[in-house]
Amino acid sequence: MTPRNEQYERWIAQKILAARQTTTIGEAGKTGTWRTIRPVLIPEKCLVVKSGKPTCHKCWLYCPEATVSRSIPPVFDYDYCKGCGICATECPTEAIQMVPEKEAPSCAETIANAGGNADA
Amino acid sequence: MPEKLVITGNFAAAYACKSANVDVVAAYPITPQSPVVEKISEFVESGEMPDTQFICVESEHSAMAACVGAAEAGARVFTASSANGLALMFELLCWCAGARLPAVVCIASRALGAPWTVWTDHQDAISMRDTGFMHQFCETNQEIYDSVLMAYRIAEDPRVFLPMFVTYDGYLLSHTMMPVQIEDPEKVRDFLPPLKTHVDVGELGETRSVSAVIPPDITVRPEGNTPGYMEYRYAMQKAHEYAIDVIEEVNREFKVKFGRSYGNGIYTSYKIEDADILIFGIGSVASQSRMAVDQLRSEGIKAGLISLKLFRPFPVKHLREIFTRVPLVVVFDRDVAYGYEGVLAYELKAALYPCQNRPIIRSYIVGLGGRNIPTDTLTKAVKRAIKEKDDSSVQLDPHTDFLDLDLDRLGLSIEDMQKEAQ
Repeated sequence: MTPRNEQYERWIAQKILAARQTTTIGEAGKTGTWRTIRPVLIPEKCLVVKSGKPTCHKCWLYCPEATVSRSIPPVFDYDYCKGCGICATECPTEAIQMVPEKEAPSCAETIANAGGNADA
Repeated sequence: MPEKLVITGNFAAAYACKSANVDVVAAYPITPQSPVVEKISEFVESGEMPDTQFICVESEHSAMAACVGAAEAGARVFTASSANGLALMFELLCWCAGARLPAVVCIASRALGAPWTVWTDHQDAISMRDTGFMHQFCETNQEIYDSVLMAYRIAEDPRVFLPMFVTYDGYLLSHTMMPVQIEDPEKVRDFLPPLKTHVDVGELGETRSVSAVIPPDITVRPEGNTPGYMEYRYAMQKAHEYAIDVIEEVNREFKVKFGRSYGNGIYTSYKIEDADILIFGIGSVASQSRMAVDQLRSEGIKAGLISLKLFRPFPVKHLREIFTRVPLVVVFDRDVAYGYEGVLAYELKAALYPCQNRPIIRSYIVGLGGRNIPTDTLTKAVKRAIKEKDDSSVQLDPHTDFLDLDLDRLGLSIEDMQKEAQ
């Protein structure tokens, strides 16, 4: 065991402050498999699509998992979207509809992509 | 110009917030803390705190959550609570400390329900012990004002970066008026410059993740290995240990700047120079013990008082130095670690255990749920401790002494018990 060096202890303790790590995408597995309902964009209602400009983007701003892109149109990353529905609630024009996963076509595909790890 | 106002403890806390030019206040009212929030909202509404954002929330949990969020973005934050409201805050208090956010939280202390009560004791504040917050207690309204200012200086020191509680007794201070000197804003700003956090707001938009899931072990990353949970918690414990120096330093600097100080910033003492017996207490219990010391001295008993100001980090070194000078220490706790004994008592015992000249420590529970603590009760208890000092059957008996229980008046006598047994 290394002998106690108080100066070093002080120094390193100040180097390890709050946890602000640059996590890698997918570090906690494909969390999209937790989803039971998924957001689906209705482009005719979306302000971003209609204006053709990065205007509203409330879905991008409010998504707690950063799974909505700030693009035209906004795109959902279904690998990591947990289906919380905050984007649908925040959307001022109701352009996002939450659809039950069993009715969505690519549900089985998502689980298969995640290596069948649906319980994670 | 500094102004002298006659105000309650709650208002002293609110004025301290104003002097500290706090950026974000989010609080939810609960007796006896409510006037703090009311006064701050008044300041904000009238434009006296133009830089402060007051967030109305639906609970204490949300209040602290809002403070955590604001502090993560680099703001100086404040909230206050009491008892069950404080208990509701618990999760976010742990979060605040773990994320190393320099928040200041005032506690107008009050007993915890059930049974439902609004009167004071220290149970709520003491129960927040292991959140990771630093913790100061106050004895006067001026001390509340000063302690909040000092708390920000300590919490925001780059060597510390930990949040801090400033606790004062509900009603006894929170609703009692005393003269309080409110300092000149310029002078306060000089003592307490705007917060420079460890948070680089610019990086928040990047892929940086704030307080993400941290695995047990070091994570190997291309940009450099990152700490595991245990390394973060080690750093937090070390910050507590090193904070004691900073606290003493800030107390000294405060004295130079404003002419007031509170002992060494760790504890205040009363007539300890020639004392054979030391009383140990916090807040209102310590205030009342000053009277007890005087009364005991008038009867020829050389008593003294150590009023603990800094509860966390627990100042083990300071306490060892002072308490190994006497053969007997009497601890009055206005709290109980249920299933064991008074918290101050057992923490002091643990602190002194490795010392050669450790004193006999006698512990008493007083004033739970706002029960009055008369000076006589304290002096009698000290005299009993003196009498039983060398009685090993008393010292070895694991029991708690509740002072001023009034069981007789319940109309249930020993005779009644015997009758029932027949």
